[in-house]
Amino acid sequence: MPTEPTRRRITVTEDGPILVQGPVEIVLADGQEVISDRAATALCTCRRSRRYPFCDTSHRRRVRTDRIRGAEADRTCDR
Amino acid sequence: MTSDTAMPAVVAPGLPAPRGPLSAAAFDTLRGSPGEQIDAAAVAQADPYGDDLQLALYCCYELHYRGFSGVGADLEWDPQLLGPRRHLERAFLATLRADVPGGTDVSAEIDALLVETPDASGVSHYLRRCGQLWQLREYVAHRSLYHLKEADPQAWVIPRLSGPAKTALVTVEHDEYGAGNPRRMHSRLFGDMMSELGLCPQYGAYLDAAPAATLTEVNFMSLCGLHRALRGALIGQFATVELTSSPGSDRLVRAMRRLGCGPAAIEFYAEHVEADAAHEQLVRHGVITPLLASEPELATDVVFGIQAATLLADRFSDLLLRNWTASQPTLRNPLPDAPSQVATRQKIAP
Repeated sequence: MPTEPTRRRITVTEDGPILVQGPVEIVLADGQEVISDRAATALCTCRRSRRYPFCDTSHRRRVRTDRIRGAEADRTCDR
Repeated sequence: MTSDTAMPAVVAPGLPAPRGPLSAAAFDTLRGSPGEQIDAAAVAQADPYGDDLQLALYCCYELHYRGFSGVGADLEWDPQLLGPRRHLERAFLATLRADVPGGTDVSAEIDALLVETPDASGVSHYLRRCGQLWQLREYVAHRSLYHLKEADPQAWVIPRLSGPAKTALVTVEHDEYGAGNPRRMHSRLFGDMMSELGLCPQYGAYLDAAPAATLTEVNFMSLCGLHRALRGALIGQFATVELTSSPGSDRLVRAMRRLGCGPAAIEFYAEHVEADAAHEQLVRHGVITPLLASEPELATDVVFGIQAATLLADRFSDLLLRNWTASQPTLRNPLPDAPSQVATRQKIAP
């Protein structure tokens, strides 16, 4: 009897990574293979990740605290 | 499934020392010799965020996790304990509700959590820039109260969800529990990190040392996890952690590299940079969106959960930074490498 193929879901987010149902093997442009055994893996699309090809949330908007009402800038370190 | 026969034996910790009349009364009941009962009037006298109330509540909740040696497991559902616990919870919850602005705009709350502020204050920012090893060790000892039972408080919400929200939440929880591999359980990775940092990885080892601000964060998770009525708040709390953890963990990885910590220490937070970047997406799109589509009236509670979790995280962060910048320890029983001239519990600024 024919059965429905088991499809993996890939979710494209508006503002961040692509979410892939895992485990997965990823082949990078230079041929390097990377694996992720997670049930859901977030793949970087902005290329800013320090853990490329995995998302590390580097795509997030960065704002200095003086632009945010109520936020307190760091004065705790002697820099 | 991976079997792992080398897991340490499960040992329930002993009860900590009481910190006032409420915790003393709760501990009497826990030891099987109840004296004066905790009532609403007694609770009204206490600081809802204070050591006495928070420790009493923490120990009542602990019966739902691992219990204590010398405390009967049956007490978990004993009215002698549940009655007083309700008074403690009501005071805590009422104060939290009064201390946050509230609202129903979940998207606005989430957007605020997703903005990175590179120059912000906060414990992970401090540790990355200039934290010392004793401060990092203190931070890990504080966090052990949650991370040695990581994901447990949130597991209680599973039967209170349905459909896609439940599936997505379980996907995240499954990852927290090692995705089938006990060696990859986050609580286990945390214990490995503690050992490498010279801390005691035993469950409950730092309960006596933990100030109220540390207990309060864990109590909020237990409160929301144990009450179906607070399931929206639990999801808000969970979202707050999962959305802020990835960049915070990255700062802690960099702090540990700067301080020359070993691979097990770095691994715990490195794992969270990557895992929580995926969890963020799962929680936002997989849990919150379908939950609010099926139960839109929960928006108020999700907002409350986010705001209260943020408030309590800020209180914890403030306690640490205020004391650290004055070279003072933040554990009630300071670690041996903490500055010794102030090694007395009375000197911890509240």
